[in-house]
Amino acid sequence: MSGLAYARAASLESATEVIGSHRAAEVIAGGTDLLQRLEEHVLPPPLVVDINGVEGLRAIEVDDHEIRLGALVRLNQVIESAPVRDAFPAIVEALIVTASPQVRNLATVGGNPLQKTRCLYFRDQSTPCNKREPGSGCGALEGRNRINAILGGSEHCIATHPSDFAVAMAALDATVLVVGARGERRLPFTELHRLPGDTPHLEHNLAPDEVIEGYRLTRTPLARHSHYLKVRDRGEFEWAICSAAVALELDHGGRIADARVAVGGVATKPWRLGQVETALQGRQATAEAFAEAAALSVQNAVAHGDNAYKLALLPRTIARALTELRERL
Amino acid sequence: MENASTGAEGGAVQARSTMRVTLEVNGREHALDVQARTTLLDALRDRLHLNGTKKGCALGQCGACTVLMDGERVNACLVLAVMAQGRHITTIEGLRGGDGLLHPLQRAFLDHDGFQCGYCTPGQIMSGVGCIEEGHAGSRAEIRQYMSGNICRCGAYVNIVEAIFETAVGTRP
Amino acid sequence: MGAIGKPVARVDGPAKVTGTATYAAEFHPENMAYAALVHGTIPRGWIKSIATDAAESVPGVIAVVTHLNAPRLPWKPVDAAPVDPGEGEQLRPLHSDEILFAGQPIALVIAESQETARAAAALVSFTCVPSDGAGLVFDRARARPPSDGTRESYPAEWERGDAEGAFASAPRRIEGSYLQPRLFHNAMEPHATIAAWDDEGKLTLWDKSQWVDNVRDQITRNFGLAEDEVRVISPFVGGAFGSALRCWPHVTMAAMAARIARRPVRLELTRRELYTAVGYRPYTLQDVKLAADEDGRLRSVIQTAYGLTSAYEDYGEEVLDPVGMLYDTMSARTVYRLVELDTNTPTPMRGPGAVTGVFALEMAIDEMADAMDMDPLEFRLKNYAERDLKKDLPFSSKALRSCYETAALRFGWEKRDPRRRAMHDGNMLVGYGMATAVWPAMQAPASVRIRLFANGTAVVRTAASDMGPGTYTSMTQVAADRLDLPVERVTFELGDSSLPMAPVHGGSMTMASVGNAVAAGCKKLRDDIARLDGAEDGEHPVETLMRLRRDSFEVDGAAEPGAEAGTHSSYAFGAVFAEVRVDPDFGTVRVPRLVGAYDGGVIVNPRTARSQAIGGMVQGIGMALMEAGEWDDRLGRVMNANLAEYLVPVHADVEELEAVFVESEDRIFNPLGVKGIAEIALCGVAPAIANAVWHATGLRIRELPLTPDRLLMAEQAARTS
Repeated sequence: MSGLAYARAASLESATEVIGSHRAAEVIAGGTDLLQRLEEHVLPPPLVVDINGVEGLRAIEVDDHEIRLGALVRLNQVIESAPVRDAFPAIVEALIVTASPQVRNLATVGGNPLQKTRCLYFRDQSTPCNKREPGSGCGALEGRNRINAILGGSEHCIATHPSDFAVAMAALDATVLVVGARGERRLPFTELHRLPGDTPHLEHNLAPDEVIEGYRLTRTPLARHSHYLKVRDRGEFEWAICSAAVALELDHGGRIADARVAVGGVATKPWRLGQVETALQGRQATAEAFAEAAALSVQNAVAHGDNAYKLALLPRTIARALTELRERL
Repeated sequence: MENASTGAEGGAVQARSTMRVTLEVNGREHALDVQARTTLLDALRDRLHLNGTKKGCALGQCGACTVLMDGERVNACLVLAVMAQGRHITTIEGLRGGDGLLHPLQRAFLDHDGFQCGYCTPGQIMSGVGCIEEGHAGSRAEIRQYMSGNICRCGAYVNIVEAIFETAVGTRP
Repeated sequence: MGAIGKPVARVDGPAKVTGTATYAAEFHPENMAYAALVHGTIPRGWIKSIATDAAESVPGVIAVVTHLNAPRLPWKPVDAAPVDPGEGEQLRPLHSDEILFAGQPIALVIAESQETARAAAALVSFTCVPSDGAGLVFDRARARPPSDGTRESYPAEWERGDAEGAFASAPRRIEGSYLQPRLFHNAMEPHATIAAWDDEGKLTLWDKSQWVDNVRDQITRNFGLAEDEVRVISPFVGGAFGSALRCWPHVTMAAMAARIARRPVRLELTRRELYTAVGYRPYTLQDVKLAADEDGRLRSVIQTAYGLTSAYEDYGEEVLDPVGMLYDTMSARTVYRLVELDTNTPTPMRGPGAVTGVFALEMAIDEMADAMDMDPLEFRLKNYAERDLKKDLPFSSKALRSCYETAALRFGWEKRDPRRRAMHDGNMLVGYGMATAVWPAMQAPASVRIRLFANGTAVVRTAASDMGPGTYTSMTQVAADRLDLPVERVTFELGDSSLPMAPVHGGSMTMASVGNAVAAGCKKLRDDIARLDGAEDGEHPVETLMRLRRDSFEVDGAAEPGAEAGTHSSYAFGAVFAEVRVDPDFGTVRVPRLVGAYDGGVIVNPRTARSQAIGGMVQGIGMALMEAGEWDDRLGRVMNANLAEYLVPVHADVEELEAVFVESEDRIFNPLGVKGIAEIALCGVAPAIANAVWHATGLRIRELPLTPDRLLMAEQAARTS
C-alpha cells in the first residue's frame, strides 16, 4: 500500500466497471469510514473510485406512496427532511444520534450501512481478526468484547454492525436499489448484510461490481409510528452499546395490529426480531406485553464475557423504545 | 498502483496516485501537488501552513480539524484533498467579523474563557459557527448535543456553550 | 497595581481564537522532512529480521532507520530527573534488537511528506522471536515492594500506631477492594517533535513539553552534546496533564532522524501511538480497611495499593500519601506494592497518586459513614484533622472545613434524603455524593529575567511552560502587580530552554515556584533601580529610568522553597459534591451537577482558576463514568487506543459545574500565598460521583469506570445474593 490511487467516476456504470475489474477497489462517497481505515492501515484499498460526480444520487424524492433516498444523500440532509421525519421518524431519530454533525455533513446514506465494525480487534491491524485477515483468528471471542455481539455471532466473529441508520432501515422494510454491471436489482434491506459464519470478511450481499444507488421506503401507517432509541456510555458521539428501532400499529381497541422491531449494537448485522414482533401482535399495548415480548429477544443470544450485560440491556431497550413510542401514539 | 487508465472502453476512468489540485481556501485559490492519500487536513497544515486547523486524531473522532466546506462544518481529516476541489473551504484563518477583526464567536470565546490549552479552540469555533448557522443553538442543551463532535480535554465545555449561546442570541434576527 | 486576584482575560487568548498560537508540529523550518514509526507487535522478545527494501524503494523515502543502522548514541548516564522513575532505564529507541513491550518503535521512516513516510512505514516487514518476560496478567500474587531507588519516595510500608490491632479491636469495621483502570491523558494535541541540526552541530527541538530544560538535559546526554548545543522551544502546549513531563523516546528519534536526513525532520505521533509512546496513569488495585468507634471516630485506616509498572522501570506514585494525613485517625498503615508487566512505563497523570488513593479512601469513608448511619459529610467533619498526623507537623494553612461548608451550601446537601434509592426524577434515580480532595502543595527553585523599559513596558522571561492553565496570564499579573504596571504593558515569555531555568510545569507547583520567582525578580528590579545614582525615594522605577535616561534595566531573579517545609505541612484541599441521574433499566449515569469548593491559597486569576477547576471536574466525570484502557492480557495491548473507543467526556456529558475558591492564603508556604489548584480539581471528583451512584442505586461498585455493564451486572449480583 505505497500508493493509494484515486479515480473519479462520472456515472455509476463506469464505477461498477472499475470495482468489478479491480477486486480490492472501493467506492468512496462520504469517506468517513474509509479515511479512518486509510489512516490506520486497516484494509486500505489500493484504489478508490469517487462517485460524488455522479448525477442524480443526491435527491430525496417524495410522493404519496414512497420516499426514495439517493445513495449520495448526506445524513444531515435526511435529518432536515420534513417528509422523512413525518413518514419515517425512526430513521431521522437514528441519524440524529449518529456520529457528529461534522461527520453527518460528509457521510452518505449509501455508505453508512457499509461502514466497517468498531470491534477493537478489527480496528487494530496488529491483532488477530478473521474479518480483516481471514484465518488469523478472532481476538474478541475471548478478549475485550464489551462492545461485541450477543446475536448472530459465530466461532469466527462476534463483531457488531455499527450503523444506527441500518437498524431503522431494517425495521421499516426498506428496499435497496443496487446497480451492477448486469443492470439494476432490488434487495430487501434485511438481506443486504450477511452473517459472519465462517466468512466474516464477507459482510454484504452485493456482487463485486455492484454499488448501492439508493433506497425505497414505502409509506405505511406502521412506519409513521416508529421510533429509535439508542443506549450508550456517554451522552453523544458514540456508537450504540444497544439500540432499538420499533414501529407499532394499533387497532381501534388499542391492540397491536402490527409491529416491527430491529436492534443494533448487539448483533453482527442489523437485526430484525421476528419472534418479538409476532409476540406483540394481538396484545394490548401495555408495559407487560412489551416486556414479555422483549424478553424473547435474547432467546438465542450468546454472551462472551464482557458483553454479558447486553443480555439484560437488550430486552429493556426494546421495552423502553416501545413504551416511549406508545406514549407518542 | 501507477497512474493508469482503467475500466472498459467508453467508461474509462483515470486512476492517479498523485495529482495537481486547486483548493479554494478562505477565498484564495491554491494549486498544489498532492497524493491521492493526502487529506484536506494535511494539505492545509503541511502544504499551505494554515496551522489553525488542528490535527487531534486524524480519524474524525475529536473535531479539532473542523472547517466549513461550502458553509457546512466537516472534519478536514475525513476529506481527501482531491475531493475538496471546487468546494469553498473556510478555516479559522478565514473567519472574520463585520469589522474585519474578530468574529463575534471568537470574541465570545475570549469573554467566556472558552478554552485553556487552545488546541481544540479553532475547531470548536468553526463548529460553533456551523452550529449557529444550522439553527441548532437555540438552547444550552441543544448546543451541547450539536457540539458533541468537538472534544475539549481541558474541559472548557460550559464556557464554550455560554459563548455559543450568547453569540447565537446576539445574531438571531 | 493590584493585578493579583483580578479576573484578567487570557493574554494569549487572541492568538488561540484566531489559530495563530503555534504548537510543536506547526513550525515549518525550510526543507523539512517527515518521519513515521514502525512498531513491534509482540510484548517481549527479539527482532529476528527486518526488511526495509520495500519501504526504501518508495519514491520520496529518504531513509529507513532500524537498530541495525541507527547511529550509536553515547547515552551518557543521566541523573534521574524527578519526572523519571527512580529505578530502571527508559527505553533506548532503535538501540538494540530487544523488544520490551507491544507497540515499541522498531523502525523509523523518513520521507519527503508525511503521507509517504506513513505509507512506506507500512511496508517495513519484520519477524520476532518471543521470549519470557514479566508477563501480561496483572496478578497481585506477583507484587513486590518498590525497588531501592523508588522506595524512598513511595515507602513499601508505613505505619502510625498499631493499625491492625486497632482494626481488630474496633467495634465498627468495613473493608473493600477498589480498582482504578489504566487511564490515558489524551490531550488534544498529539506529541510531536521537530528536530533541526545546524552547520555547527547544534540542535534545535520544537517539542511538546512541560519542561523544556529537562528535554534539553536528556537530549544533551543522549547525544553527548554540551548544554549550549541543544535548544528546546515550546511556546504552546495543547494540553498534556503529565504526558509531556518526561523526554520520551520519540524526541530522541526525531533528533536522530534529522541527523541522518541532514535536514529538519518532524515526528508527529498518531493518536494510537500515544497509547504506547508516552505514559499513562497506572492500573491500580487497592484494599482499604477502616475501623471506627461507636461514636464515629476513626480508629484505624489501612490501605494497600498494588500499582502497575513496566518491566524496565520502577514507576511509583504517592497513592497512599493522603492515608496518613487526611483524617484524624488514631492509627494508620499503608502498604505499597508494584506489579510488573511487559508494557510501556506509566507516568504521572493529573494528580498522580493522590487521585488514585483518594478515590479508594473516599469511597471507603462513604461506606463507613453509611455503616455508621451517619451523614457522609458529618462523618468527615467528625474526623477532621487539625494537624498533619503523618508528618506530625501543623498545616501551613488548611481551609478544608470552609470548603465543606461552602460546597455543601451551594450544592444544597441538606436536601439529601439519607436513604439510598430514595430520590427520583421521573423514572430516573437521583443520587447525591461527596468526597474530599487533597494534594501536597509544592515549590521548586525557579528563576526569571526581567527587563523594564523606560517606555513603561516590561518583559519577563523564563523557561516555564503553559499547557493551558494560564501561566502566560497569571505570571503577567504577578509582574504587573509587583511592578505597578498595567497588565497590557507586561509581556511574559516562556517555553524556551535558552531562558532562565524553571522547574517542571506539573504537580500544581508552577504558581508557587515561578510566581514567587517573578515576584522576587520584580522586587530585585525595583530595589536595584532604587539604588541607582540619582534615584529618588518613592518614585516609580519607570520614572527613575526616564529621568536617568536609561532605556531599560534588567535583572535576574529567583525563588526557592524556604525553611517552612521543615516546620509545616502544606497541602491544597477541596470538597466535591455530585448529583447523578441513573437510568435504572440501562445503568447509564449522567451528572447534571457538580459543585466544588477549593482551598488553593491565594487565587491569582479567578477566571482562569475557575476554568482549571471545572476542567478537572470534566476529567473527573470521564474517570468516573467512561475512561479505561482496555488491556488485552494475551496480546499485551490496550485495545481501544483511539478517541472513539477510549471515551472521554463530550459536551453532552457536562451540564452545571460550579467551582468556588474559599478565602485562603498561605504566607507560611511562600510569599505569594499560593498553593496551586491543578491537581485538586480532579482529585475527589470520581469518588464523589461513585458515592452519588451508590446513593442513587444502592449499588456499591468499587471498580471504575461506572459503565452500564458494571451497573447492570452489579444489579444482577445484588438481586441473586
